Amino acid sequence: MTIHRGRGIASVNYPTGMNLGGDPSQALIFCQPTGGFSVKLASTDLGQGLKTVIGQIAAETLGVPLDMVVIDTGDTDSAPHCMGTFASRGTHRIGNAVIMAAKEAKKALLEVAAEELEAAPEDLVVADGEVYVKGMPSRKKSVFDVALAAHFKHGKTISGRGIFMKPKSPIDPETGACDPDSTEAHATTVADVEVDDETGEVRVVRLSSAYEVGRQVNPEMVRGQIVGGSVMGMAHALMETVFPYYPSLEHHTGSFSEYIIPTAMDVPEIQSVVLEYPSSNGPYGVKGVGEMTANSPIPAIVNAIYDAVGVWITDLPVTPEKVLRALEQKAAGN
Amino acid sequence: MKQLGIVGQSVKRRDGVGHVTGQTQYVDDVFYPNMLWLQMVRSPVARGKIRRIDTSRAEAMPGVAAVITAQDVPNNWYTILCLIGIEPNDEPVLAHEEVMYEGEPICAVVAETEDIAREAAAQILLDLDIEEQPPVLDVEYAIRPEAPAIKKWGNNTFMYDGMNHRRLRFGDVEAGFAQADYIVEGTYQLSPIEHAPIETHVCVVKPEPDGRLTVHTNTQALYFTMDNTAIILKVPSNRLRMIGGTVGGGFGGKVDVITEPITCIAAMKTRRPVKWRWSREEEFRYSSTRAAVKMEYKDGVMKDGRIVARKVRSLQDAGAYHRHSPYGVQKHMANLPGPYNIPNVWVDAYCVYTNRQPSSAMRGFGVTEASFAIEVQMDRIARTIGMDPWEIRLINAYRNGQMRPVRKIVEDATLVETLQAAAQLVGHELPEHLRAMSSDDYHGRDER
Amino acid sequence: MATITVTFQLNGKTTALAVEPLTTLRTALREHLHLHATKAGCGQGGCGSCTVLVDGEPILSCLLPVALVEGQSVTTLEGIGGPGELHPLQAAFYDHFAAQCGYCTSGMILAAKALLDRNPTPSREEIMEALSGNLCRCTGYLPIIEAIEDAARQMEAVV
Repeated sequence: MTIHRGRGIASVNYPTGMNLGGDPSQALIFCQPTGGFSVKLASTDLGQGLKTVIGQIAAETLGVPLDMVVIDTGDTDSAPHCMGTFASRGTHRIGNAVIMAAKEAKKALLEVAAEELEAAPEDLVVADGEVYVKGMPSRKKSVFDVALAAHFKHGKTISGRGIFMKPKSPIDPETGACDPDSTEAHATTVADVEVDDETGEVRVVRLSSAYEVGRQVNPEMVRGQIVGGSVMGMAHALMETVFPYYPSLEHHTGSFSEYIIPTAMDVPEIQSVVLEYPSSNGPYGVKGVGEMTANSPIPAIVNAIYDAVGVWITDLPVTPEKVLRALEQKAAGN
Repeated sequence: MKQLGIVGQSVKRRDGVGHVTGQTQYVDDVFYPNMLWLQMVRSPVARGKIRRIDTSRAEAMPGVAAVITAQDVPNNWYTILCLIGIEPNDEPVLAHEEVMYEGEPICAVVAETEDIAREAAAQILLDLDIEEQPPVLDVEYAIRPEAPAIKKWGNNTFMYDGMNHRRLRFGDVEAGFAQADYIVEGTYQLSPIEHAPIETHVCVVKPEPDGRLTVHTNTQALYFTMDNTAIILKVPSNRLRMIGGTVGGGFGGKVDVITEPITCIAAMKTRRPVKWRWSREEEFRYSSTRAAVKMEYKDGVMKDGRIVARKVRSLQDAGAYHRHSPYGVQKHMANLPGPYNIPNVWVDAYCVYTNRQPSSAMRGFGVTEASFAIEVQMDRIARTIGMDPWEIRLINAYRNGQMRPVRKIVEDATLVETLQAAAQLVGHELPEHLRAMSSDDYHGRDER
Repeated sequence: MATITVTFQLNGKTTALAVEPLTTLRTALREHLHLHATKAGCGQGGCGSCTVLVDGEPILSCLLPVALVEGQSVTTLEGIGGPGELHPLQAAFYDHFAAQCGYCTSGMILAAKALLDRNPTPSREEIMEALSGNLCRCTGYLPIIEAIEDAARQMEAVV
């Protein structure tokens, strides 16, 4: 019985947005009398943290503190269309829609503030909940006061509408020519594994990755996707199948005792670096990261198994049984 | 890169306190007075003709408020693809003539408690008369002309513009193979897997006094679900109000419209709120999965490591019905060549039907599978020609300005940079000529 | 079906419940007592999202008939802290982004509390083992483990 160590790498791309595009999202923003902004979305947060990230994008664009922004999602009676949360499209499309809406709301805010401060809107700056005249920071009014004035003195709305859509690309049936994505994120994962040649078990010791995501809106939450995706990718490589004897329907799994996913005891060391090369069309350069993180670990692990014991297991999941059979075949000289 | 204010900061989650105190509201936390519970009767066989559905004994059970059959569904087609322009109508909301996978929904029981609904559903299952037929399960068999056509249009593949596959044709692969120093082949197979979010599918529908329906759902796509449900109910979309946005894990498993229409019909028929909560067993066995995919790669490689030709045949197992598979195969096809500069590419990607639980979207949809095959194939190539795995990737990585097989110019390329950064992270020293590479070092400019 | 009455301590308060005998503790908490922090993830004892503490021990409430907690003390997430007065574990989970979708969080925090109550200075391996009955599909567990290590340090510092 020997434990063999191996290292494997994998480098991947991941497209942002629904394939071929045609997946719009909209946002509405309005300001209340005392300066709180409400962002209306019919988008979904699956746990990846969309509500938080969109709050940051809205606050950044408006120039107000985070706690002046409320994210309200999702109710189709109160918010306009969003295609949905999938295809790594959320931050990219919804973020862009929110920026568009926030810019319109900010323009309206500045027009009212300009009247209040007797300045030109282009000479005004919004920061930390106040509107200043550039170069004369003592000439200012709080967003609170500007909003009140807008509502009850000027009779002006401070609101905005936004939409982002990449137009649907045609596809040539003869050649496959098409425009499949808005941008591409990339990643490289290095997997270090141990393979036990007596039991066939594979243990992932460490996953080390470099992710390039355009821009991180919230670095801890990007890390959340990296760690969560690493573990899901590892599980995909080594543990999961609904039909263990595919294509047969036998032993179709129906519970967590039949369908194996990792527990806290299975977690390898995970380390990562994040690179940022802003995309030209993402909100502040964001590309998206939600799906890619579960992809690169899988072939990295399979390549590491080859490096460790010299067998290619190209049929997922890599179970101990498959490793042992492959080792037997290799020993028999096949 | 421009420094920003709040963007780039690790601010705490807006829903963080709600989560850690258990106060975040999910759909299963929605209860209404006078609420009924729904359970589904499902096909016990993978393929068959329905001879008789007898609901009489179930309907007579105390506590049973209604039974919903295909006759109760105004437009009995789950038509997701018609919203993005793909025909034909394919999947019934409730089966009535035939069943195409084990677990296919046949009829629903609505009762005072979940237990009564379950018992009544079990009674209907006992009384069900289905003539079993041999299922088609193997995609290689399913695409052969002699295989029984399980689809009414006469074959077992999705038809794209009159063809039974999607294709990429770029350059001349045969010429590429002819000039290559090595031919490297590999077959890659993925099994169906499940999203397994900790929260299962749940839907609660409340009929409103003005005739509208309030639908609480954990779908990943509220409007998509609303419009599909409206088509099935034959009502204007704004008769429905979808409330959601907080989902206990999705991963692509909550994008099919599989709970809302029936729960709506139950609420309309009984004029009471109805909750349908999927069991974990249903979630594993009957909700959409990731597709099994088989990919065959043939690459022509030069001594210096350049891949000059790539031919791929891919068979995706869509299971019994379309769902998002025709879309997924298209996305998969565009990614099968990989983020590499290969001048001659040929891809045939098939969407194949079998008598199993339908597959649909899952995290990475089509790209996960392609990346797996591409990257193991890359190492295979490296080992075959005796080249270092880092070098083979850096040499072939696509650069900005190059033409991709889909005939789009590469932009936002950063594969090279991630390889370099990963090497540095693990303390692997790359030779100088590889460290000097960049995604911007292609000085040509490919024409479309 | 005839009902029985079960009397037990719930988050420090005496509670009497009239239920059908086979009602699970999970159903009693969620549907009779309207405490929703405890989740219904699988009903098969497989995921741990229904974990509550019974006399301090982590128990899968989806498999436990409520009749069996007669005379015992039950603690749910609602009982250990709330907004504005977070338990150190809750604060640590918040600080470390240890909850993404949040569905496993209640079970995780209670499993962690049971560990720290009996072993205030656990090693990382001991933490991982204590969590091994609680599945998470989103986080990959590391942020949860880090949160618990941090909470343990905070709680030891106070003592």
